[in-house]
Amino acid sequence: MSAPTLQIENLRTHFFTREGVVKAVDDVSFAVGSGRIMGLVGESGSGKSVTGYSIMGLIDEPGRIVGGRVLLNGADLRGLSPQELQGMRGNRVAMIFQDPLMSLNPVLRIDTQMIEAIQAHEPIGRRSAYERAREALAQVGIASPDERLRSYPHQFSGGMRQRVAIAIALLNRPSLIIADEPTTALDVTLQGQILYEMQKLCRESGTALLWITHDLAVVSGLADDVCVMYAGKIVEQGSVDQVLDAPLHPYTRGLIESVPSRGVRGRALPQIPGAAPSMLALPPGCAFRERCARADALCSIRPELVSVDDGRAVRCFHPHREPLGVPA
Amino acid sequence: MLVYIIRRLMQSALVLLVMSLLVFAGVYAIGNPVDMLISPQADQAEIARLTAALGLDRPLWQQYWAFLRQAAIGDLGQSFAFNVPAIQLIFERMPATLELATVAMLIAIVLGIPLGLWAGLKPDSVAGKTIMTGSILGFSLPTFWVGLMLIMVFSVWLGWLPSGGRGPTIELLGVSVSFLSREGLAHLVMPATTLALFKLSLVIRLTRAGTREALLQDYVKFARAKGLSNARVVGVHVLKNILIPIVTVIGLEFGSVIAFAVVTESVFAWPGMGKLLIESINALDRPVIVAYLCIIVTLFIFINLVVDVVYSLLDPRVRIGEASA
Amino acid sequence: MMPTEQTPFERVVSDFAASRIALFGAALLALILFVAVLAPLIAPQDPYDLAQLDVMDSRLAPGSVAATGKTYWLGTDDQGRDMLSGIFYGLRISIGVGVASTLAALAIGLSLGLAAAYFGGRIDSLIMRIVDIQLAFPSILIALILLALLGQGVGKIVIALVAVQWAYYARTVRAAALAERKKEYIEAATCLALSHARIVFRHLLPNCLPPLIVVATVQVAAAITLEATLSFLGLGLPITEPSLGLLISNGFTYLLSGKYWISVFPGVALLATIVSINLIADRLRDVLNPRLQQ
Repeated sequence: MSAPTLQIENLRTHFFTREGVVKAVDDVSFAVGSGRIMGLVGESGSGKSVTGYSIMGLIDEPGRIVGGRVLLNGADLRGLSPQELQGMRGNRVAMIFQDPLMSLNPVLRIDTQMIEAIQAHEPIGRRSAYERAREALAQVGIASPDERLRSYPHQFSGGMRQRVAIAIALLNRPSLIIADEPTTALDVTLQGQILYEMQKLCRESGTALLWITHDLAVVSGLADDVCVMYAGKIVEQGSVDQVLDAPLHPYTRGLIESVPSRGVRGRALPQIPGAAPSMLALPPGCAFRERCARADALCSIRPELVSVDDGRAVRCFHPHREPLGVPA
Repeated sequence: MLVYIIRRLMQSALVLLVMSLLVFAGVYAIGNPVDMLISPQADQAEIARLTAALGLDRPLWQQYWAFLRQAAIGDLGQSFAFNVPAIQLIFERMPATLELATVAMLIAIVLGIPLGLWAGLKPDSVAGKTIMTGSILGFSLPTFWVGLMLIMVFSVWLGWLPSGGRGPTIELLGVSVSFLSREGLAHLVMPATTLALFKLSLVIRLTRAGTREALLQDYVKFARAKGLSNARVVGVHVLKNILIPIVTVIGLEFGSVIAFAVVTESVFAWPGMGKLLIESINALDRPVIVAYLCIIVTLFIFINLVVDVVYSLLDPRVRIGEASA
Repeated sequence: MMPTEQTPFERVVSDFAASRIALFGAALLALILFVAVLAPLIAPQDPYDLAQLDVMDSRLAPGSVAATGKTYWLGTDDQGRDMLSGIFYGLRISIGVGVASTLAALAIGLSLGLAAAYFGGRIDSLIMRIVDIQLAFPSILIALILLALLGQGVGKIVIALVAVQWAYYARTVRAAALAERKKEYIEAATCLALSHARIVFRHLLPNCLPPLIVVATVQVAAAITLEATLSFLGLGLPITEPSLGLLISNGFTYLLSGKYWISVFPGVALLATIVSINLIADRLRDVLNPRLQQ
């Protein structure tokens, strides 16, 4: 098998604030192959978005990538100069943000915003760039593209705006797309449509997709592989079927069980007790310790990510062994 | 769009009417109209004659009506000191003031926006902090003081620039202007700079605040994620967004610049409306004061209207409105 | 490590002091206030006591020595008055008028703004309409017209200054009070049937203070500047109460013949006062701004 499109090794991104150091991304490693879809799951503050920004090189003061490698098609992005990084963004790696109303500039026309994305990376005339933009809009299913190109963002509906954002991401045929919660602001039917279309696009073009989300349902319908993050670390990873059918980490299991399911009726919905720890005051040892029913003295030592099977790993001293639905 | 303009025009007309009422009340009801409109040098017989002639013995509402009628045809009284219609005096001086105000505003914008951008992009740098401290000085310094200092340095000590007056002017489209000749410019530089200083500080602070806020927005992150150069992100994305509120404020401040020209014109003996006002106040030439007030109010209302329209043209969200998806 | 508890006041003071520029401004202002308040005691000469003046000493350069052996550190003006003393007294008057008018405008604007916010409806519309119209016009214009209508004198100047300023306070207080009014503790107080006055003054008002303090500080400087400008134009305080503006105006004619000290030194004093107040106001604005606290 050829080298994966994206390979992250021991990535560490820290924020040096006045109140202390926040280890937003602490020793994260995973890989996404060409045409594959990886779901990066976690709560707010788990470090999943910061991972995405770290890959793009968009971490600003007081944050900094302090360690690890980010390999895109084999080349380490951390070794690139700012100029080279800029050339790579929007070109080899593209990003889609959560709220397209905020991420599209409200006072610039759509065609301006699309053409500039093309012209930033290629010496191409305005006419040809316009044509490419038109095609990209058609590709994501937007009718009457000429009219849309001459419009402003506020004239679109939420779903259409997000399609435009996706079209922009696809303009320069990137090897990797990072999507940071792009469907969270949309209603469920739209969400389903967009997920399906993204899946199709990636399979057809061989683009790798890193989908960052807090929503397990999205992951189950879309992704091939999954990484679960908690307090800046990966606590579990594996293929979607493996992780969702037989989650090993108590946190993953808690997440899955707290999603209401049609099959089970009349039972109290289990919740994970407590709240995510403040990143400035992480407890020593396992960060999930204080919310875990299975924790004991051993958990005051920091657990390492242990490989259980090919591509399957968990960071826990007391992982679950039984599949879901069977009492421990 | 047209509906909007018509609506604003009607609102402006209403405000004008209210203002005329206020001016009338100030002059005729609160003040002493005899003092206002009849020269202090007149003797008793003259006063009696003029009182009847000007209708000052008639009921107030009749006087107001007469006042409006006169104002509509442009007759706002006769200047005591010069014995010509007050409004004529003001119109003669208006080009000088408008030229001064326009040049001052241009200086404030052309210097202020780039400096403010810089201070907003690099707030913690030496340059950024210097610009901000400088801007505090800029609006702390009283206008007349700046004028005095400039005269002292450039006229008295260095002898480079003339210390006052307007110098020779050139006719441009029937209006006298100073900026077309070298001598005229020499006379224009110091007063314009003095007048500009306060607004320059304002523009710098506005631009800086706008830039800092804009940089936090998602569309900036998105633009960088597309791989756009910093120059483009700032020069197109950020600038276009912050220009809209800045242009609005600048437009509204233009009226204030015209008013503050009063001080600058006094310091530099610039023959504009403002200097006329001060002279008239000192000489108790009240018809001129009333005329000045009316003209300034009209000017303000007009400027407000133009700014409103321009704003709605600039912001596509207002111009086009929410279209159906 | 647990952060130590500070009272809000202590926090404001310590945040304020974190800026060296602001501390400098505060120190400068303290010095100026000291001089202004104690002027009659520390000035070398009472410049308005005609018996102490000697016209032969007029227009002397800074550092000159009088026939009596006194040194005129900052020179003398056209009447033989010691500039240093003139400046001390001038500071007193300028700051006095500025602060007095600010306080009066504050009282009026505060009451009207609170009333507008609390009672809402027609009262609110009426008050705010007047405020909007007034704020649309530049302060200097309003002051000039008022003085033209009312004539001159200390009282008239204060009236003009108050008339120019009250609208800022009214608007600021109303905005802050409206935001507070929506909060639940006001609803709770209303349910307890507390009197209007009590709710407004004991509950609403304290929370409107931060933006008010910033505006008031800036306005004191603006009032002092406006008074100086008006005096410079000859329309301000009469000769019997010579503020710094008047001193500067007196010296204008001598500027062109090189006798700069008659205008420049009062100007520097005025400048120092205004700049120090603005530096403090700027820092207070950053410190008291709730959004910047994140």
